[in-house]
Amino acid sequence: MDQFLTTLTSILNSAISPQTAALAIAAIGLNIHFGYTGLLNFGQAGFMLIGAYAFAISIIGGLPIVLAVLIALVAATIFALILGIPTLKLRGDYLAIVTLSAAEIVRMVGRSSLLTNVTGGSNGITGNEYRGPFTDLSFFGDGHIDFGPWSYDATGSNGWWFIATAWLVVALLCLFVWAIMRSPWGRVLRGIREDEDAVRALGKNVYSYKMQALILGGVIGAIAGIVYILPASLQADSMGRSMTYFIFTALLLGGAATVFGPVLGAIVFFAIRLFVQGVAGQFVPSNIMNGQQTEQFAWIVIGITLMLVVIFRPQGILGNKKELSFDVK
Amino acid sequence: MRVWRLIATIMLILTGVILALSLGASPAQAATAPPLTAAPCATDDATGCLQGTIKLPNGDPAVGIELAITGADLDTVAVTGDDGKWSQAITVAGPYTIELDTSTIPDGAVLDSNAKNPATVTGALNKNTGYIFKIVGGTTADDGTTTQTPTAAAGTGITFDRFLQQLVSGIRLGLLLALAAVGLSLIFGTTGLSNFAHGEQVTLGGLLAYLFANVLGLNLILAAIISVVICAATGYFQDALIWKPLRRRGLGTTQLMIVTIGLSIALQYAFQYFLGASTVRIDQANPVTVALGPVTLSAQSLISMGIAVVIIALVGFVLVKTRIGRATRAVSDNPSLAAASGIDVDRIIRLVWTSAAALAGLSGVLLGLVLNGVNWQTGLQLLLLMFAAITLGGLGTAFGALAGAMIIGLVVELTNLVLPGDFKYATALVILILVLLVRPQGIFGRRERIG
Repeated sequence: MDQFLTTLTSILNSAISPQTAALAIAAIGLNIHFGYTGLLNFGQAGFMLIGAYAFAISIIGGLPIVLAVLIALVAATIFALILGIPTLKLRGDYLAIVTLSAAEIVRMVGRSSLLTNVTGGSNGITGNEYRGPFTDLSFFGDGHIDFGPWSYDATGSNGWWFIATAWLVVALLCLFVWAIMRSPWGRVLRGIREDEDAVRALGKNVYSYKMQALILGGVIGAIAGIVYILPASLQADSMGRSMTYFIFTALLLGGAATVFGPVLGAIVFFAIRLFVQGVAGQFVPSNIMNGQQTEQFAWIVIGITLMLVVIFRPQGILGNKKELSFDVK
Repeated sequence: MRVWRLIATIMLILTGVILALSLGASPAQAATAPPLTAAPCATDDATGCLQGTIKLPNGDPAVGIELAITGADLDTVAVTGDDGKWSQAITVAGPYTIELDTSTIPDGAVLDSNAKNPATVTGALNKNTGYIFKIVGGTTADDGTTTQTPTAAAGTGITFDRFLQQLVSGIRLGLLLALAAVGLSLIFGTTGLSNFAHGEQVTLGGLLAYLFANVLGLNLILAAIISVVICAATGYFQDALIWKPLRRRGLGTTQLMIVTIGLSIALQYAFQYFLGASTVRIDQANPVTVALGPVTLSAQSLISMGIAVVIIALVGFVLVKTRIGRATRAVSDNPSLAAASGIDVDRIIRLVWTSAAALAGLSGVLLGLVLNGVNWQTGLQLLLLMFAAITLGGLGTAFGALAGAMIIGLVVELTNLVLPGDFKYATALVILILVLLVRPQGIFGRRERIG
């Protein structure tokens, strides 16, 4: 029973943690790429990393926080342009391979020993170096706040200030996606996903629309990167290929091409992992599966879940199967 | 078809036997073999870890380095394991002092003069706190003073000898990459699927060879053959159990691609589940090196290159000269037309999956021997290079994959001449992006494929 309570508490904690919010934001961005436009972006972690580095380095360089966020967004825009120009006219697989490669390039350059002075090399940048200005903005005061089953410091790292702002960003982005996807612009994106040639025949510049979608989703990815590193530290390897895969898993779990799918998916993603880990830790004797193995077992379950979701319920938890034919365009 | 069924049954039985063997063998191995790594420290709410990896100047792990760790209630000594890693569990957060015992550093190396020793780190619970001591070449005099060998800054000093050495390494990497990439390219050509789990097939080959050669102590060649056969079986059954039914269901290629990503995640963690994150060696003996003029290679590298050349030539011959090869290329070109002209497309695809997995497995075995170690992400690191190679050569064309792999192999290794090692994969990927800008169909691809 104790073990059960511990698992439940950790699931509840992870459900509202800023890192879950960051995964949700990244998935919202990817949803614009993949869910609405049908672009296969396998480099969402690269966008996060670009945003995170641009933000952290700007803050350390002494810039005000608003400017630092702006620089992160501009950096993500430039990154999207570099990726999009050679690939958006080609078939979907090319974009997939190029985005995946580009994200890896960003990670490798970021962790390179040549740039240790700027990016901290493979050790990264510790949170204390860039967290200050954001913590100073807090009006939550000091002390400790209990709310339902959750109990955190008001302002300290991982405290309510970080949680509240992260989820506020999630809520605003959901509202934004909802609004923009029912506009004519959003309908063109869906049209491109369903039949690119038909949209072209209507006189729309498909290339330009795809580019706008790539930039928009990428910029949201950069915001996710900032939210991700604020309560933690910036390490290039924490935003590698597996991060992109997890974002995809979260998006598909929740339901691509839906407003709340990415958010629900991110929460369910962490819940499944912790639940499996908790159950395996409790019921399987430790000589068959030790502590570290339960964690790996949980990841194996995640991988298999992704396979099963895509095969049997490609529309995810919230999606509409008719809406989503998803195939390479 | 009867032959196929027979082969399938044999492979199924073989896989079963091997699974049984491996299940039976792992606990026994744990009991007898000395631990390869220091006991890993696992974090939880009440425990944190201090850890690090110490490497010798040549990149090998530094074994047996002693570090005195003091702080809070702790006063202990951590020692680096066979992989150069050390770790120490802590139960109290706070500052800890780590002092490296310089007398435990092997001859010919000293602690970097810029390194702080003792160093202070702040340990936290439920977290890994890393600290790295850098060891460089140098000598220690009797009175304890050290002289550091001046090292050339990374990437400088291009000599012709060094160029030759990197050139040969490039050819070596290119050949091994080609082995794996041909299969990936054939799968893409015949089914339209970008198989993201292909890297795990490479890892599987290397890890199976480790299991048979090292753990079970079989003869190396026998172990390699068994590993490749099992890999072929995994390809066969993957197609029979997963991919063919999914094709029947009419899943789109994007969906299938994401399924392979799920498979790749599951397999990566399955490897870690059984073997942990450590690097294992297929052949325990120290490699014998052969000098060919200014180029030094291990004997294993030479043999591996030879095997790779022979197998690649064989694949090329089969594709060009035999009926089955022609049928494969026909399916690559246009599956419906191939089916209409009497080719059994499903059978060809099954054959492609089987041979692709076998080739990837062989590549993994050879790679494990050449690099003298395999771990759970050996293939993962190779996957992007494979994609770069087949995109460069033209998606779906087998010979394009060969040419692309050689180019990528050379680029990766020659980059080392001018840039530090961190960048070697990055340059290959930059070249990929540049090629797409100029000639998106790749070297051997045709324009219609990219539309």
